Amino acid sequence: MALPIDKYLRVAKMPHIWCPGCGHGIVTQAIVRAIHELELDTEKTVVVSGIGCSARAPGYLHFDTLHTTHGRAIAFATGIKMAKPELNVIVITGDGDAAAIGGNHLIHAARRNLDLTVICFNNNIYGMTSGQYSPLTPQGSYATTSPYGMLEKPFDLCNLVIGAGGTFAARSTTYHARQLTNLIKEAIAYKGFAFVDALSQCPTYFGRRNKLRTPLEMMNWFKDRSVPVSSWEKLSPEEREGKFAIGVLTKAQATELTEVYKQLIEQLQQRGGE
Amino acid sequence: MAKNQARLLQGNEAVVEGAIAAGLRFFAGYPITPSTEIAEHCAAKLPVAGGKFIQMEDEIASMAAICGASLAGLKSMTATSGPGFSLKQENLGFAVKGEIPCVVVNVQRVGPSTGMPTSTAQGDVMQARWGSHGDHEIVALCPASVKEAFTLTVEAFNIAEEYRTPVVLLLDETIGHLREKVILPSKEELVVKDREKPNVPPEQYKPFAMDQGRIPGVPPLAAYGEGFKFHVTGLTHGEDGFPTGNPAIAEKQLRRLNEKISSNKKALCKVEKFFLEDAEVVIFAYGATARSARKAVRDARAVGIKAGMLRPITIWPFVEDALLEVKAGRPKAVIVPEMNLGQLVLPVKSVMGDSVPVIPINKLAGQLITPEEILSAMKEAV
Amino acid sequence: MRMELRLAGEGGQGLITAGIILAEAGAKYTDLNVVQTQSYGPESRGGASRADVIISSDEIDYPQVKNPDVLVVMAQEASDKYLQSVKNGGTVIVDTTYVKPVPEAESQRLKVIEFPISAKARELGREIAANIVALGLLVETTGIVPKDAAVAAVLDRVPKGTEELNKQAFAAGVEAAKAL
Repeated sequence: MALPIDKYLRVAKMPHIWCPGCGHGIVTQAIVRAIHELELDTEKTVVVSGIGCSARAPGYLHFDTLHTTHGRAIAFATGIKMAKPELNVIVITGDGDAAAIGGNHLIHAARRNLDLTVICFNNNIYGMTSGQYSPLTPQGSYATTSPYGMLEKPFDLCNLVIGAGGTFAARSTTYHARQLTNLIKEAIAYKGFAFVDALSQCPTYFGRRNKLRTPLEMMNWFKDRSVPVSSWEKLSPEEREGKFAIGVLTKAQATELTEVYKQLIEQLQQRGGE
Repeated sequence: MAKNQARLLQGNEAVVEGAIAAGLRFFAGYPITPSTEIAEHCAAKLPVAGGKFIQMEDEIASMAAICGASLAGLKSMTATSGPGFSLKQENLGFAVKGEIPCVVVNVQRVGPSTGMPTSTAQGDVMQARWGSHGDHEIVALCPASVKEAFTLTVEAFNIAEEYRTPVVLLLDETIGHLREKVILPSKEELVVKDREKPNVPPEQYKPFAMDQGRIPGVPPLAAYGEGFKFHVTGLTHGEDGFPTGNPAIAEKQLRRLNEKISSNKKALCKVEKFFLEDAEVVIFAYGATARSARKAVRDARAVGIKAGMLRPITIWPFVEDALLEVKAGRPKAVIVPEMNLGQLVLPVKSVMGDSVPVIPINKLAGQLITPEEILSAMKEAV
Repeated sequence: MRMELRLAGEGGQGLITAGIILAEAGAKYTDLNVVQTQSYGPESRGGASRADVIISSDEIDYPQVKNPDVLVVMAQEASDKYLQSVKNGGTVIVDTTYVKPVPEAESQRLKVIEFPISAKARELGREIAANIVALGLLVETTGIVPKDAAVAAVLDRVPKGTEELNKQAFAAGVEAAKAL
């Protein structure tokens, strides 16, 4: 489907700041395609971000947009959604933004099941500050702050969200751009808190230090390690080593917060009117 | 038995009543003594008024959420005390920079750190001014009674809306927890102001315009979802709201941001003058301390000392003009009682210069300064 | 006229509620000015508990009670702590269910009213109403607010279904004061 670029992008704000070969453009495109295919009202859609490379995406997107403080995008978005539940609120976050400084907001948003769509541009690294390890950097990988290899275990962000009570979690990569678009569509359409872990390559700061110099090498790295969720179930723990599942990891019905709050207001006002 | 118009109301509760009367429709907060009653009353009353309450996972998120809700068009507030106020500072700065109207209540307790959670203090006066990083202006108001907790909350919302800025409401534990007989102003008596909305088509809308808006330097603010598709960022930005690296534009914008407050001091700075006309000794006191000062002034007058009080109702911007008037009256001394180590003594001294002695009275451990302590300082001074 | 009153006991005895009721009686049903303060913190969850009320025909500037005109004590610790703070010639109302008789030195300078407040409430059905018995004693002794104002304020505050009990409790306090 051809995209009417001017409708969705602030073309005057181009060129973007991302490095050549960065995966963030692919994820951003997937978001725009999803919005287009869902025919969302661009006047009723807000995009919110934190700090980092991913956080610059909203500046290029032609909606109401909010570029907040580091880690806090979900908390700002919570205020927007509570205030105006009729808006589609999409949060763009990075792996450091969502899992380190903003981890608390991520798990609580999942728990309270507010109708937000959170898309994590997960490139396993702090790119904006030139390549420090994040809570998503694989063990053994190199970063400027893990010069001897990453010593810590990384998060599985989808499992974190599911563990916190999240009822929609999905994962895909920039290699699987079409699937990624479809998952984002499904996430936006989902009534409740929806989390998409979008693996995105950072050849400049992650690849270069980890023998994945070119964008192509990095995308092949995604391809080789990803396993569709249907096959993932059949793998033994040993077979899962170094790999990850892609697709919808969980999707369930749950009561959404703004709906419950709306009912509460109606009840209280009815009672007051009696 | 027939009831009169009066109610017995707690300071914290009066803040909530004032806020709702001023149009508060979104509150996000986190429990902390001695401000918790504000969250509790909001939780009970806001949904009845058609508004929303949410208890966030922390203080940082609460400040963030009220910024988000305000950008979506709702009048928003959070409430906290010292430790939580510290946590809110980064996003308070974001509200300053993004020019997001909101009210932040800080019911002060003894610090630093966890301090004395249930004890009264005025130790966050300077934090209110400079708690967030970088050059910025802030408006802070300081009630001295339960009734004023109500009226100043309304005023805080009005200033936030009119000037597109966060406003800090600085209570102390004494006023926050005090229950007092009050007759609240009726709806008709209240002036409630709303933010100015843009009256241009979306493609012409500049959310950070230099020269649009009723008040110079305060651009109209659209709400998310109204079709304006505007951008707000904490990065230094141009009139269109997008980041800029151009020093000339950045300088202009940063100056506008500061001057929209600093050049409107006349409108913003409110004081109470109590027996000032012929005062030979002047007490400069705010919050609960001003109540002791008022009693001390009455007691001093009773024994023939010409005492008076200047009470800053607006703490920030600082009430220089009113102090200059005091200085012109050539008092023998200005006494500054504070439940801190003298946070406003230097600003007072900077106005008084060498011509008028400035005498601090300070207490740190959660005890209200007494009228007797102020009276004896006055006797010494005259 | 300015009267400072202090009600002190243990957390759970309802003395803060009694203080608020007294303050509300003054605020809503008289022309007098009223402020009310109380102890906060861990002590209000068990241990010492205190409510202070100032009722005055003048504006109330300094809002804290230092030397009360009237003290109600319903626990020994509270008595030990606050008895000395009462003004000379002031009144102390003692719940003898829990508090030992007032020491000789203090009883010479104070008007002492001793009554088994909590035991009386127990007799009426529930000890939880002891605070209202105390309020009845206090109001009858001091005349600080009209009795019907106090009863109206009690009924404004107490949980539904306990109105009768609390009315009886208040009346019992009034009767006790009259009899002493």
